[in-house]
Amino acid sequence: MKQSIFTVKTNEIIAHDVYKMTLSGDTSEIKTPGQFVNIKLPGRYLRRPVSVCDLEKDTLTLIYKTVGGGTYDMSRMQKGEKLDLLTGLGNGFDVSCAKDRATLIGGGVGVPPLYFLAKKLINRGVSVDAALGFASKEDAILVNELSALGVNVRTATADGSLGTKGFVTDILRSDCAYFYACGPIPMLHALLKNASSDGQMSFEERMGCGFGACMGCTMQTKSGPKRVCREGPVFDKNEVIFNG
Amino acid sequence: MVDLSVTLSGVKLDNPIIPASGTFGFGYEFADWYDINVLGSISLKGTTKEPRFGNPTPRIAEIPSGLLNSVGLQNPGVDDVIEKEIPRLEKCFSKPLIANISGFSVEDYVYCAEKFDKVSQVGILEINISCPNVHGGGMSFGTSAKAAALVTSAVKKAVKKPVYIKLTPNVTDIAEIARAVEEAGADGISLINTPLGMRIDISRRKPILSNKTGGMSGPCVLPLALRMVFQAYEAVKIPIIGMGGISSANDVIEMMLAGASAVQVGAANLVDPCACRNIIEELPASCEKYGIKKISEITGGAHNG
Repeated sequence: MKQSIFTVKTNEIIAHDVYKMTLSGDTSEIKTPGQFVNIKLPGRYLRRPVSVCDLEKDTLTLIYKTVGGGTYDMSRMQKGEKLDLLTGLGNGFDVSCAKDRATLIGGGVGVPPLYFLAKKLINRGVSVDAALGFASKEDAILVNELSALGVNVRTATADGSLGTKGFVTDILRSDCAYFYACGPIPMLHALLKNASSDGQMSFEERMGCGFGACMGCTMQTKSGPKRVCREGPVFDKNEVIFNG
Repeated sequence: MVDLSVTLSGVKLDNPIIPASGTFGFGYEFADWYDINVLGSISLKGTTKEPRFGNPTPRIAEIPSGLLNSVGLQNPGVDDVIEKEIPRLEKCFSKPLIANISGFSVEDYVYCAEKFDKVSQVGILEINISCPNVHGGGMSFGTSAKAAALVTSAVKKAVKKPVYIKLTPNVTDIAEIARAVEEAGADGISLINTPLGMRIDISRRKPILSNKTGGMSGPCVLPLALRMVFQAYEAVKIPIIGMGGISSANDVIEMMLAGASAVQVGAANLVDPCACRNIIEELPASCEKYGIKKISEITGGAHNG
């Protein structure tokens, strides 16, 4: 974990209310895909946790949705502006659990950390496919980018405007490999109920600190209370308690 | 050289900066960020007789210049705190600790206090009768002078270490409660715990916190805390640990002028993990700027005239 100042390189809209920001700075503490950074925004008291979408040397890519005033302000930031980041937070995905095949399962703005993960898996020689769900075509992100990495991508949208009409659970293959999932809680619980294979799931929760101090983001697991920010955000499927 | 040392009921601290309970875990988490031995002491996460998960999430919400929390005393229970958490902290922190105790009955408080009293690294027992996020305990003891005195005298009879009572700001007259715990034998008081607040998610038309209400902390509560510490200082002679929204060395000086003998820093730790270290580093220069040679001498300095 590290606190340091990053400089905005680019910041552009890529889907409905969804932005992609690249920043340069000290990325040395970011060890695994699925980890997140916590961003101090001018005039806002709490930091904003955002998962790492990609990392190339000292360039960090974040994809975030404008859900309130803080992320709206972030979307207005220009090249050259400085941001105070805590980096290397949380326990990310364990890529060593996938053997020769892996399935990525993402919903909405849960998709970004799967991009960095896909790169790591492919580097290890793992064959990767993905099932991605969005509300509609306007919300879809990273479909082409994942395909360009060589990932076999299937999509579902709630309104049918892209791919299959329905949810990610509707496009899971019966031979679903070891999976890595990130998305809204209802999606993760539907997966827990439907997925036959093992896998890992990344959760989100409203956080106070993002590094384990305040106990604000705790969830109950089969081995006791765990902090989403510290022991998580990624948990083994077999640790998660189904309460949908 | 500015003398930053302060003494609380015979427990000497190198400086008056103490991370506040609930914002610093069991301390060792912060050793990843800096050498925590620079701290005056640490007030440990609020501990209860039995392990507690706390309230359902969401239990954090942002407010202007601060946050609401409704964590609800998540902790592994007093036995695990003594057997696992404190030994882990001892590896990276060698100074006296403040054990923070919550309960749902007088017996609960006494039970935990007796256990912590026997732990050598614990210097002070901080009895939290002010948690706003649990029902049937906590704050219900702190809003009544009679109940506050009852807990205080029961704990005092059971232990040897100094007993500080952590008071809630959610009362009409803080002076009355402060006097009641002093008369019941408290060695000191800590204030303020968090004032109750709420935020509403306008798209869902529901309170953001699943507990509906939560305790406010951060710079937004500093003026409230200063006022209450000021009033409590006029009401009692026992030392006060002042807290509420402290984020800078100047805030520390301000709180001590209001009447605090030492301070706790809470919410600031959550947004800047190095907040306490930074304040300790800034403190000598701030003291010099205001002509302070010995920081313990400024306690209550704002009451002159």
